[in-house]
Amino acid sequence: MIEKALQGNRTYWTWIGALLAVMIIGGLFYLKQFNEGLTITGLSRDVTWGFYIAQFTFMVGVAASAVMVVLPYYLHNYKAFGKLTILGEFIAIASVIVCMGFIFVDMGQPFRILNVFLHPSPQSLMFWDTVVVFGYLMLNVVISRVTFSAERKGIAPPKWIKPIIYLSIPWAVSIHTVTAFLYSGLAARPFWMTAILGPRFLATAFAAGPALLILIALWMRRNTNFDAGHDAIHKLGIIVTYAMSVNVFFITVEVFTAVYSGIPEHISHFKLLYTGLEGNNTLVPWMWGSSLFAIISLVLLINPKTRSKDKILAFSSVLVFLSIWMDKGLGMVVAGFVPSPVGKVVHYSPTLPEVMISLAVYSAGILIVTILYKVALSVRESIS
Amino acid sequence: MYDGGKIILGLIIFLGLILFPVWYNIANGKAGYTPDLEIITADDPGRDACVMSSEYMRPYHMDLLNEWRDEVVRERDRIHVAPNGKEYNRSLTGTCMDCHSNKENFCDRCHTYMDVNPYCWECHNIPEGGQR
Amino acid sequence: MKISRRQFIATSGLASLGLMLDKPAKALAKADLPQKRPLVGKRWAMVVDLKKCHEQENCTKCIEACHHEHNVPDFDNPKDEIKWVWKEGFEHAFHEQDNPFLNEELKHSPTLLMCNHCDEPPCTHVCPTKATWKREEDGIVMMDWHRCIGCRYCVAACPYGSRSFNYRDPRPFISESEFNQDYPTRMRGVVEKCTFCEERLAKGELPACVEACEAHALVFGDLEDPNSEIRHILEERFTIRRKPALGTQPEVYYIV
Repeated sequence: MIEKALQGNRTYWTWIGALLAVMIIGGLFYLKQFNEGLTITGLSRDVTWGFYIAQFTFMVGVAASAVMVVLPYYLHNYKAFGKLTILGEFIAIASVIVCMGFIFVDMGQPFRILNVFLHPSPQSLMFWDTVVVFGYLMLNVVISRVTFSAERKGIAPPKWIKPIIYLSIPWAVSIHTVTAFLYSGLAARPFWMTAILGPRFLATAFAAGPALLILIALWMRRNTNFDAGHDAIHKLGIIVTYAMSVNVFFITVEVFTAVYSGIPEHISHFKLLYTGLEGNNTLVPWMWGSSLFAIISLVLLINPKTRSKDKILAFSSVLVFLSIWMDKGLGMVVAGFVPSPVGKVVHYSPTLPEVMISLAVYSAGILIVTILYKVALSVRESIS
Repeated sequence: MYDGGKIILGLIIFLGLILFPVWYNIANGKAGYTPDLEIITADDPGRDACVMSSEYMRPYHMDLLNEWRDEVVRERDRIHVAPNGKEYNRSLTGTCMDCHSNKENFCDRCHTYMDVNPYCWECHNIPEGGQR
Repeated sequence: MKISRRQFIATSGLASLGLMLDKPAKALAKADLPQKRPLVGKRWAMVVDLKKCHEQENCTKCIEACHHEHNVPDFDNPKDEIKWVWKEGFEHAFHEQDNPFLNEELKHSPTLLMCNHCDEPPCTHVCPTKATWKREEDGIVMMDWHRCIGCRYCVAACPYGSRSFNYRDPRPFISESEFNQDYPTRMRGVVEKCTFCEERLAKGELPACVEACEAHALVFGDLEDPNSEIRHILEERFTIRRKPALGTQPEVYYIV
């Protein structure tokens, strides 16, 4: 099957080449980081997690979102998602690999990473996160492989795969819940220590992931002979609408609790994000941008007349994806560290090497998705 | 076998290349070469024995060090009892390298020969000036 | 990897055979063993008398002693900074004690901070490799720098900012004159912090900061020993701890 990925036109190879180039450049920056240490990032004594861990968190959400196509198809027998499930699972696979990549580049001693399994520590949420994320990868590899090869042979998938698919549904929820617990269980960081962090993570996941899938499906319909179907794509649009509405509601709930109670330890982090704190206002434009994008996207998505137009749906999906990325991939992690436990406001922004390494990790994920999709498309073409 | 001759020729060339270090050393008369280790304090009276026998230390010193490491740091057990009953402080810098103070001619010579790169000394000190 | 029993017996047998053939075993020399008896306690704790400390204006002897003892590098920038013991303005150290009319002198006076060696340490709970753990025998929150993978979860979990990460190789930043040959350095990519000088306790010595403090502002002792100096101080004086509401039970007490 994989040989299908080796046959492609000029555009395909240019794309692959570009991704590889980014990976090589980022890889060189990683070599520098490997030799000199994380000092080449913007991280500091007070802000010890930054861009890498934020991207990890965001991508766990994208990975978990596969459940939004798997669940309607398998639990509710919603046939229109039939063609999409495999695309969702492939995104999940690539996203989980991206997550692992971000964890790896964030480690101070990456070669010791197996210590997590050599000295398992069930009291640590990070141990559980490793377990569920790795398990989720395995589930999706098995499920997509089995169902896809059945499709290729034109037969029904074997019966034993059904329970595994059902298992993957709560498992997807678990990966993002555990990732949220990683943060929300820390008494030291009032900004994260909120019971709604888990639900918020899930809402953002179920908005950003399907938004990405809409964009991919629309692109494929136009540029390849794979059509997920108008119904399926627009059903995804409804999922995005609900999830994004819930997300915005959750953010409002968070802001209300912090602002109305007025507890300095809670409110100061929101000040950092939305008004700037003690002259540190790097994140302010991003956070307002995120809010603006969220509002525009909701206006366009909630109204059925605008949502039903492909172009507006695509535009809204871009806004949703970016809004959530700015909130989760930029603001969420850093704001937990500033102000520091002794009330100090420290500045953080990612450095060039940090961004290049991140781009390389993302490129690896996009490369994986490209190859998997290429195989899926070619196989489907040869069937029909 | 199709193309048997070509395959065998290819294998010979492949083996010739991959085994380059072996026949290069044979050609140079260094086939039986083993590093010659110097123990500075060998003749020093009172330092008659290592914490374990040489037969043990040669292949297993890294395991012993790992064990010392875990037991000192994690179990607070700092005393090693040698086979002859003598007690030693479990310490790479303080005990091992007190006798084997010539790191270059003892540790490094063999590690280079074996092509291993233990990173002990990135943190642990080498006694007596020289490189820290 | 543990050495198997068979390996051990085989090799020690060989070794004793070798000894018999060679020369008789020398009298048991203990020259390289610690001379003093180790200091043993069940729950180590520290009292910092801020009044006594402030009387010694700009004194940094305890910090210097600690950082020299443990080969703590000086990067001269706050980004990569590593500190085991340091000073922070009272309003920062105890910023939950928000009080605009706080005694001016106290408000800005530097307060000595270090790892609190909490009874319920959040940092050890989150560690995914058990590279940091609380020693049950004496309450010291330990670090195993051989095992730490540098994920920095413990740094995120510590409510006191007591942990530092080695963003770069520390060795070039330890001056020759400051170097302590008897203590290892760290390698880049691991987290470090105050260990209540467990290596000195094992040699029967008090923590370096306590020993260095001429004003006797630092008192170190065993809370489980009712006759210890620290217990007398805690009974007689009013002391506070940092962020007690979090339930971490910090073991560094402050007299203000």
